Amino acid sequence: MPAYSEKVMDHFMNPRNVGEIPDADGEGSVGNPVCGDMMSFHIKVDDGRLSDVKFKTFGCGAAIAVSSIVSEMAKGKTLEEAKRITNADVAAELDGLPKNKMHCSNLGADALHKAIEDYERKTQEA
Amino acid sequence: MREVYLDHGASTPLRSEVVEAMIPFLKEQFGNPLSLHRFGDAPRQAVEEAREKVAALIGARSNEIYFTASGSEANNMAVKGIAFMNRKRGNHIVISAIEHHSVMNAAQTMEKLGFEVTRVPVDSHGLVDPDDVAGALRDDTILVSIMHASSEIGTIQPVAEIAPLVRDKSKAHFHTDAVASAGTVPVNVKELGVDLLSLAGNQFYGPKGAAALYIKRATRIMPLIDGGIQEAGRRAGTENVPAIVGLGVAAELAVEDLEERRQHLIPLRDRLIERLTKEIDRVHLTGHASQRLPGHVSVVVEFIEGEAMLLLLNMQGVAASSGSTCTSRALKASHVLTAIGIEPGLANGSLLLTLGRENTMEDVDYLMEVFPPIVDRLRQMSPLYKEA
Repeated sequence: MPAYSEKVMDHFMNPRNVGEIPDADGEGSVGNPVCGDMMSFHIKVDDGRLSDVKFKTFGCGAAIAVSSIVSEMAKGKTLEEAKRITNADVAAELDGLPKNKMHCSNLGADALHKAIEDYERKTQEA
Repeated sequence: MREVYLDHGASTPLRSEVVEAMIPFLKEQFGNPLSLHRFGDAPRQAVEEAREKVAALIGARSNEIYFTASGSEANNMAVKGIAFMNRKRGNHIVISAIEHHSVMNAAQTMEKLGFEVTRVPVDSHGLVDPDDVAGALRDDTILVSIMHASSEIGTIQPVAEIAPLVRDKSKAHFHTDAVASAGTVPVNVKELGVDLLSLAGNQFYGPKGAAALYIKRATRIMPLIDGGIQEAGRRAGTENVPAIVGLGVAAELAVEDLEERRQHLIPLRDRLIERLTKEIDRVHLTGHASQRLPGHVSVVVEFIEGEAMLLLLNMQGVAASSGSTCTSRALKASHVLTAIGIEPGLANGSLLLTLGRENTMEDVDYLMEVFPPIVDRLRQMSPLYKEA
């Protein structure tokens, strides 16, 4: 098995916040099944804070763990705080990821940021 | 927890007879087979006995067997050794699109050195059409290398039909990579009609570190490793005596019980394929349904990824394998699945279950008990999955 940290295995085995939000305020996806990983995030925003974050992920153990921990890191944060979460922060929070997983699987923060951009675009249009 | 090993394609457990035979050569019989004093006698004799046993497994003569350290080395020795030796006669090589990396990349290396390589396609079951091979032959073709069986999709090629075409229509040498099949199904160099054939002991309950290349008498190759006179000067270096002895015993045992093992494995394989594809929605067999290695099950599971399946199976005590992009260290889509027309997204759902002699129908039942919930769990997480 790949050299995953205990934290990665915990989030892979017990992923937090799996699912979709039917009346989401923002949605964002990155990756595609061809490259092996695809992550889709739904967010709910209340008073400028992420009141709910849910994800669905197609991918390896690392991709699922990354999505799960991003959802946990983002929940309750202000939009500005959530936008500052980087992929490197995510890897650090998971106590590291194997080198070959750093690029392809570590896209959770990007997916979250896309969901926030989607929300901001929608609120500007409204 | 129940432990079920379903990765015999990666390596097989050693038979106890194999281990027992190896031990003296790790202990008191440490001598170098080339030594003229008495410490060299037993190791030298043991290596030659192993050579006879390996020859018997594939219907060859013992002086046509050359020991190597791995199937990959045997494949490299065949492809590069033939190409270098014959470059004055021609510079064209024919391989199939689904060769093992050790043949494919060796051919690619020769391409970089100025050879031309034709890659013959396969059909959706992974079969090479013998006429396609014949059609690829040219006056300057010096080597054709078509695998006997695929470790990734299990398909067994009609090598015995291809070899005569190559012999009649060209001056090319014919090599087959039988690493996945030798010791598992009947492999006879005369019936197949090949000039070179690779096999590896860890595929049939022997140790890692010992494999062999059959080179038909009077076939000349350029050595990859120059040095002393070991292996008739074609592969220098002090012999890995314990591993070679183990390979010999494994070959001897394979001759004895190959048919019994086939009869044991085929029903397990067919039951597992039937249950996987019938009881789980949108699971597809890859490779040929019947022209296939006896213990080999390979499928693609829609909407989910291979490594995630392997991790969860491992948690349930099941050891399996996958050809998904994520599980390949190179993070590349499998060229084999691509060649049989599996689209890249689906190829990431590859699962490989390779059965062996110690597996039982209970193991198949156990897999079918733990695997469907794993598929369901990962599909519930997948953005690609919409329940029907």
